[in-house]
Amino acid sequence: MGIADTYSDGRRYVVDRPFALVVGLLVILLAVDFVDGLATGRIAVSDVATLVWDGLMQGLVVGLAGIGLSMTYSILNFANFAHGDYITGGAFSGWAVTYLLAGLGRADVGSLLLIGAGGSVFGGALGIGVTATPVAVLGGLVIAGLFAVVLALVIDRLVYRSMRDQEGISLLIASVGVAFALRYLIAFVFTTENRGVTDAGGVPEVRGYLLDGFVTVSAHDATLLVVAVGLMLSVHFLLQRTKLGTAMRAMADNEDLARVTGIPTERVVRATWVIGGALTGVAGYMFVLWKGTIGFNDGWLLLLLVFAAVILGGIGSVYGAIIGGLVIGLTSSLSVLWIPSDFARAAAFLVMILVLIFRPEGLFQGRSTA
Amino acid sequence: MSTSPDGDADTIAAGGETDQETPSVERGDSASAGPDNEGTGTGDTVGSFFDRDITLILAVIGGIYLAYLLAGLALGFEARGLINVVARLTFLIGVFSMLALALNLHWGYTGLFNIGVVGFMAVGIYTMAMVSKPVGTGGSAQVPGLGLPIWVGIIAGVVVATLLGLLVALPALRLRADYLAIVTIAMSEIVRFIYMSGQFQEFTLFGAQLGTGGGSGLILNYADPLAALLAFLGLSEVYDGLVGAVSTVIPNNPAPVVNQFVYAALLMGFVAGFYWLLKRTGESPFGRVLKAIREDEDATSSLGKNTNRFKIKSFMLGCALMGLGGILWYMGQGAVTPLSFRPQITFFVWIALIIGGAGSNTGSVIGGAVFAAVLFEGPLYFRNLVVRAFPVGNAPTTFGEALSPLLSALDVIPLIAFTLDNMSTLRLVIMGVVLVLIMKNRPEGLMGHRTETASTIDLSRPERRETRSDSTPATAADGGRSDG
Repeated sequence: MGIADTYSDGRRYVVDRPFALVVGLLVILLAVDFVDGLATGRIAVSDVATLVWDGLMQGLVVGLAGIGLSMTYSILNFANFAHGDYITGGAFSGWAVTYLLAGLGRADVGSLLLIGAGGSVFGGALGIGVTATPVAVLGGLVIAGLFAVVLALVIDRLVYRSMRDQEGISLLIASVGVAFALRYLIAFVFTTENRGVTDAGGVPEVRGYLLDGFVTVSAHDATLLVVAVGLMLSVHFLLQRTKLGTAMRAMADNEDLARVTGIPTERVVRATWVIGGALTGVAGYMFVLWKGTIGFNDGWLLLLLVFAAVILGGIGSVYGAIIGGLVIGLTSSLSVLWIPSDFARAAAFLVMILVLIFRPEGLFQGRSTA
Repeated sequence: MSTSPDGDADTIAAGGETDQETPSVERGDSASAGPDNEGTGTGDTVGSFFDRDITLILAVIGGIYLAYLLAGLALGFEARGLINVVARLTFLIGVFSMLALALNLHWGYTGLFNIGVVGFMAVGIYTMAMVSKPVGTGGSAQVPGLGLPIWVGIIAGVVVATLLGLLVALPALRLRADYLAIVTIAMSEIVRFIYMSGQFQEFTLFGAQLGTGGGSGLILNYADPLAALLAFLGLSEVYDGLVGAVSTVIPNNPAPVVNQFVYAALLMGFVAGFYWLLKRTGESPFGRVLKAIREDEDATSSLGKNTNRFKIKSFMLGCALMGLGGILWYMGQGAVTPLSFRPQITFFVWIALIIGGAGSNTGSVIGGAVFAAVLFEGPLYFRNLVVRAFPVGNAPTTFGEALSPLLSALDVIPLIAFTLDNMSTLRLVIMGVVLVLIMKNRPEGLMGHRTETASTIDLSRPERRETRSDSTPATAADGGRSDG
């Protein structure tokens, strides 16, 4: 290819996609500003490292929750707006069990199961933490996953199953109804107040010195990292090495053809809900453990970020959801280097909108559950 | 046309009976008008059809008022309380009907899945407030505005909402419906973050001080819009007379009650205006293209229509109406905060539209009324009635305290008291369940079977109708897919 070709290609690109050019220039500008900040010492390296770590943690939660959303999105062909409330449901069920295990004998069972609604018990007073009460945390984690699976299956049975042949939009609207009902049922039982659930002061931390300041990694960060990466790897092997994974990919591609080939589609759908639900519930539990507070709106607030991650990675792609989650987490966390922190979430949404406009098929081309 | 046939259609047959609004279609096809079709087959004109829809709307709203008033009277609410109930109900019916109508233009006519309604509302009222709030500060808590008249503010609010619509529409309308949904809801959240942020709390624009007030919002300290309108129309004295007349019923400070009532009545005027505008739009050649896009965008564009432009125009018009809806909703509320503009408002409007049936303007108004009366205000009113009839005492503060007497002593009262006390939370659960039930059992809503098709002639199969016409005349409701 000669220089003239390159030039005309470039010119065509500029004429065809002026938006892309503007966005590209903006990204270059931000990068230059960032390098300049580091060079002049305006931006501390340790601050950047802290933000990266923070974004990584957030990204893991978003990615973990995103796998389930991505799988149901590609196999059942609808955007499940109730997914955020599966996250919340998992978190609340798991934390009720954690409270029960950690506080049995020290407070009445009702208050413990309601996660201290109305200020009756405090997580800090129970000393909850992954090192202080490992059994309680592990029990809660398992229950969160199981409960979200049951929740997803029951709702599929009650709502979505009879609507399989309807359009994605009808299912989407129904899922909004499910989301409302779930979220406010949780609010009804557990009250609407946000409350702390961990003994924030008692979590062991490691502080490392990096060039010009400290970077802190807590035991809860490490737990999140281990759990999330472990689950992501297991899903990878499950989908790559088993017949189920192949069946899922076949269904995402063409459901009728899959059924003709003898794939039990209903059973695959159920397996999708089971895997997706479990990851979602665990993501909800870990999210609460990591940030230390629980609220009935947590999952809903996370949902748009999860959507952003799934779309970014390409709907149906498990790796896409993970990478998308990390990109979204890092974007919202690192954006505070340039813009006020009020707009961290807005920045993540903006990245999603840009991807939808310029590359709606996502970074990983979508429609391939694996 | 997935209408489940007979029984359902009958329930709305009062207004649903038929018929082609376009004169070009002969009544000859009224093979559908069975023998006992209440004589509607003869001399049906557009006018009478229109009238029947208006009658239907008025009947629904009248029925709602009757139910509320009778329940209130039975429990002996005083006059002030009753008028307040009616005023509040009218207000809610007005705002939800307006917004559902605007959304119907997007979804029902053009097939644009917009779940960022609340963003356009927020932009409308915030712009209006920032333009119309007085110049200078009235204390440290007061953010100054531009001090222009209210009508300038309203126009500015509508224009900015329209421009935001254009901004969203330009890149996003090419997207699939579910992607557009996610872009619009993200947009509405970004709008809310901007208003919530302290960054724009107060800023200077071309030398003028104004701001969004940040998280604490804006106090709407401009002249009372209703009083300003009455003064402009020269009706202030008439109005004072009205207040004086009401004071015979409510001796103690009648003005706020009357204000509320008259403002709500004005809103109903706006509903009528929206209805008329969208009916005209839907019947115009422009509207026909919109419906064609909803049904098959590729076919429409292959007929030489620039579908993108039509979609953008339709989107902008809907956004303008949503902006106006937001202004009218919050203009008289005294203050706005970003918290009022959470996405659940969008879903309220969606539920209203879906109850009524997307694609029908009459359905949108009825849906708005039913949503406001039954799902939005109904549970709270029901609680007030129950608490008045059977005082249950203090409610327990947590679910555990409410449940334990039931388990230990089969005492159900604390649970009931707790349920009533938390009715404002529970009604959202009810809304969610209702939405799911509608989508499962009757996705076309109350009036959605009358979704207007793009074609001006009837495309349904005649032979199917013949087999039915003897037994089920109600198919006529399905045959004439027109509506106002």
